Amino acid sequence: MNKTNPSTATGTVGASQRLRRFAALVRKETFQIVRDPSSILIAFVLPTILLFLFGYGVSLDATHTRIGLVVESSTPLAQDLAASFQASPYFDVIQGRDRRQFEDDLILGRIKGIVVVPSTFAADIAAGTHPRIQVIVDGSDPNTANFVQNYAQGVVATWRGMNATEAKARPPAITIGQRFWFNPELASRNFLVPGSIVIVMTLVGTLLTSLVIAREWERGTMEAIMATPVTAAELLLGKILPYFVLGLASMTLCVLLAVFLFGVPFRGSVLALYLLSATFLVPALGQGLLISAITKNQFLASQLALISAFLPAFILSGFIFEIGSMPRVIQGLTLIVASRYLIPSLQTVFLDGDIWPMFLRNIGATLVIGAVFFLIAVRNTRKRIG
Amino acid sequence: MTCPNGSPGTRQDPDELVRFLDVGKRFGKGRPALEGISGTIDGGEITGLVGPDGAGKTTLIRLMTGLMLPDSGRIEVFGFDTRRDAARIHPEIGYMPQRFGLYEDLSVQENLDLYADLRGLPPAERPAVFQELLAFTDLKRFTDRLAGRLSGGMKQKLGLACALIRKPRLLLLDEPGVGVDPISRRDLWAMVKTLTAEGTGVLWSTAYLDEAEACDRVFLLNEGKLLFSGQPADLTGRVADRVFKMTGITGRRRPILAEMLDRDGVVDGVLQGEAVRLVMAANASIENATRGIAEGKVSVVPAAPRFEDAFVDMLGGGPGGRSALAETTARLDISDQRPVIEAHGLTKRFGDFTAADNITFDIPRGQIFGLLGPNGAGKSTTFKMLCGLLKPTAGEGRVAGFDLRRDTAEARNRLGYMAQKFSLYGDLSVDQNLDFFAGAYGLKNPLKRERIALLSDIFDFKTYRGMSAKDLPLGLKQRLALACAVIHGPDALFLDEPTSGVDPITRREFWTHINALVEKGITVLVTTHFMDEAEYCDRISLIYRGRSIALGSPDSLKASIATAAHPDPTMEDTFVALIGKFDEKSAA
Repeated sequence: MNKTNPSTATGTVGASQRLRRFAALVRKETFQIVRDPSSILIAFVLPTILLFLFGYGVSLDATHTRIGLVVESSTPLAQDLAASFQASPYFDVIQGRDRRQFEDDLILGRIKGIVVVPSTFAADIAAGTHPRIQVIVDGSDPNTANFVQNYAQGVVATWRGMNATEAKARPPAITIGQRFWFNPELASRNFLVPGSIVIVMTLVGTLLTSLVIAREWERGTMEAIMATPVTAAELLLGKILPYFVLGLASMTLCVLLAVFLFGVPFRGSVLALYLLSATFLVPALGQGLLISAITKNQFLASQLALISAFLPAFILSGFIFEIGSMPRVIQGLTLIVASRYLIPSLQTVFLDGDIWPMFLRNIGATLVIGAVFFLIAVRNTRKRIG
Repeated sequence: MTCPNGSPGTRQDPDELVRFLDVGKRFGKGRPALEGISGTIDGGEITGLVGPDGAGKTTLIRLMTGLMLPDSGRIEVFGFDTRRDAARIHPEIGYMPQRFGLYEDLSVQENLDLYADLRGLPPAERPAVFQELLAFTDLKRFTDRLAGRLSGGMKQKLGLACALIRKPRLLLLDEPGVGVDPISRRDLWAMVKTLTAEGTGVLWSTAYLDEAEACDRVFLLNEGKLLFSGQPADLTGRVADRVFKMTGITGRRRPILAEMLDRDGVVDGVLQGEAVRLVMAANASIENATRGIAEGKVSVVPAAPRFEDAFVDMLGGGPGGRSALAETTARLDISDQRPVIEAHGLTKRFGDFTAADNITFDIPRGQIFGLLGPNGAGKSTTFKMLCGLLKPTAGEGRVAGFDLRRDTAEARNRLGYMAQKFSLYGDLSVDQNLDFFAGAYGLKNPLKRERIALLSDIFDFKTYRGMSAKDLPLGLKQRLALACAVIHGPDALFLDEPTSGVDPITRREFWTHINALVEKGITVLVTTHFMDEAEYCDRISLIYRGRSIALGSPDSLKASIATAAHPDPTMEDTFVALIGKFDEKSAA
């Protein structure tokens, strides 16, 4: 058998040995990723499903909202307004003569609102006063209620404007023209897709990483590896590097799908995209390491990762809910959620372009959070069991 | 060099690899995992670390690797303190944890490459080392196979190969024999032997006391304390001339064993095939003890002491022969000659893999039938088909006359099942477990209350009633599992490795109950890894590669392989020989 060679040589030999050990760990991890269907699932299949969901299924835009339209006045003007409602892309209109016939539908949720053009409508117009229109909405769903109300008013305003020009009547003193920058169609897909990239990187960086380390504890391989000359730092880096690359690969897949399949604009630079994503993976991986250092158990690790990383990335990052409209305390809490710094940056890269001052500020904050995670994780990961 | 009772030797031995001094370790509350352990491990020897589950074996090994630190005391490996110099210890130890520490999604070669890199084996030396290790472990044909697809025995050999990549000065093996068939165990032992010849020190931890006998030196641990350290012969020597075998028993031998266990001067007793094996107290007379028992027919001959005999003696002897459980159990009609458990051509296929192939046997009332075989041979599959947990692909099984396929519910109500590792609800209390199982077997109040009260009384659960099952000591867990299995007064008991990992005293107590229940007419089907437990059975079937390759009483199986050169083979010899014969035949 081979000769024993105790005290590992110092200097260059030591360095090359360290490098070989590190390379061996990275190679091992890569084999495992490639062969383990669950990591492929989380890194590539799940993102695809998520993107399709946000790209096609979920939309925060309200189009084709069903409403009931009651026209109590039979004048041509009222009929003309009704035609405007019918023509609006925002509403699917069921027309009726009596509001009572829609009450049950509204209560049962079959329609989202009732718009009533009262019998006084023609008289109001003729008198030159502001014509009154009644909008009845279901207040238990405030978003939709607001939407129906605002868009109904919009339809009326547009109709009046058109009539005014045609009738060469006095133009209103002030008109408010809205213009949306950067996302002129206001397509929610355009800002949901960058958000879902953040979700995906959180899954790969935190969930997958904490799972695979916990798995090594459960299967006893961690113990066997630790009894070799490997150092704790090599062990950690050997774990992180492959998942760092996997996270970026997963992000790349998302971006390609987003741009080429969903037509999300990409106005920034590839450099900014990768720099921002790479920075984000620092806290994500650090959190994954920390979780697995604490739990050493796959079930607990997945629960902790979902609660401490996945949910905040959804709820506290500004992805779905606007941070500015959260209670102050919660706003404060979002400051330690790394994804809240990446989401605006990514949305900017996609929809706007490179705004480096903003990127650098967010990168700085992300790195600070990452450094804290790593510090705690490394302190808790010695070559020790229990 | 022997150090009685663990006091450290004062002589600094040049071969000494490990020295531990008054080591203590505690996890949470309760008794310490290790307490006041001292001793040394030398190169060129196999040192056995022996004890039941929970004795502290794994903890002690982890302390030696430096992956865990002692709360008190000191451990030095190669003269380096594990607290400060773990990094200088790691390059020269080989460590195989339980479950072998292999990456199951890497191939055999990839696992070897990984450990070669981690241990810094120079590339120039690799071809020769791999060649040698693969030949040594007989894995050459499987280098491309994923480790997860290897059999238990092959995994174990690969685990060993990975630990040996750079020939270590100290090799630490944590329960390498668990879940591995006796043949692979013998192979492994032979491999380790060749290493010690080259000067490596080997620490072999095990719960099998028969493995201890083959070690050069042993540490015997129980409940965190060191009971003995020294040569195993020194321990077995303590009961020399005190071990006897009663042979020539013609009638039922279990009542005789029970009777003997209650006699003065009898420390321990077990069945051994047709014979009863006894360990006497020092200064007790065997003649006095056996007086009046089938005189004239039974002959008493001295027997070779075993490690387990000495262990039981050291723990103060086994329990008596009385079983309060059996005394309160109604006697079933033994004259009823119909078999209680029947297997007719039981076959189970998973895809194109046949896990059990045409297994046939029947068990008459009041007998113990054992299923023996390596892991993965098909004994659990057979067992599960017979208690209605698995549907056979072909063939039929019956319990108390009820077909398991058609009258599943009736059949299940007539059997009690005790699963591996006891399968209690860990978060339920003792009472809640009893209540749950009584309900699951369909008992209703007031009978349910009555049975629970009776069993709590018999097994002495009073002080533990409110305690969660998972916090119970191992012995009590086993009692509770047995209580849950018999709560509905079943005709047949199914015991799946009922005693693995428990200490010998608890095993004795368990078998006292089982033996007494069998005398009351209860029928038992048991699987076991312990070769001596196989000898408690009336008949055994050896399951191998899904087939029943031998069936008969323990003595007749032993006789079938006895030769002039080897007239009195052990059960393990028999096992190995029968499997060898089968392999030869199927290869031809």
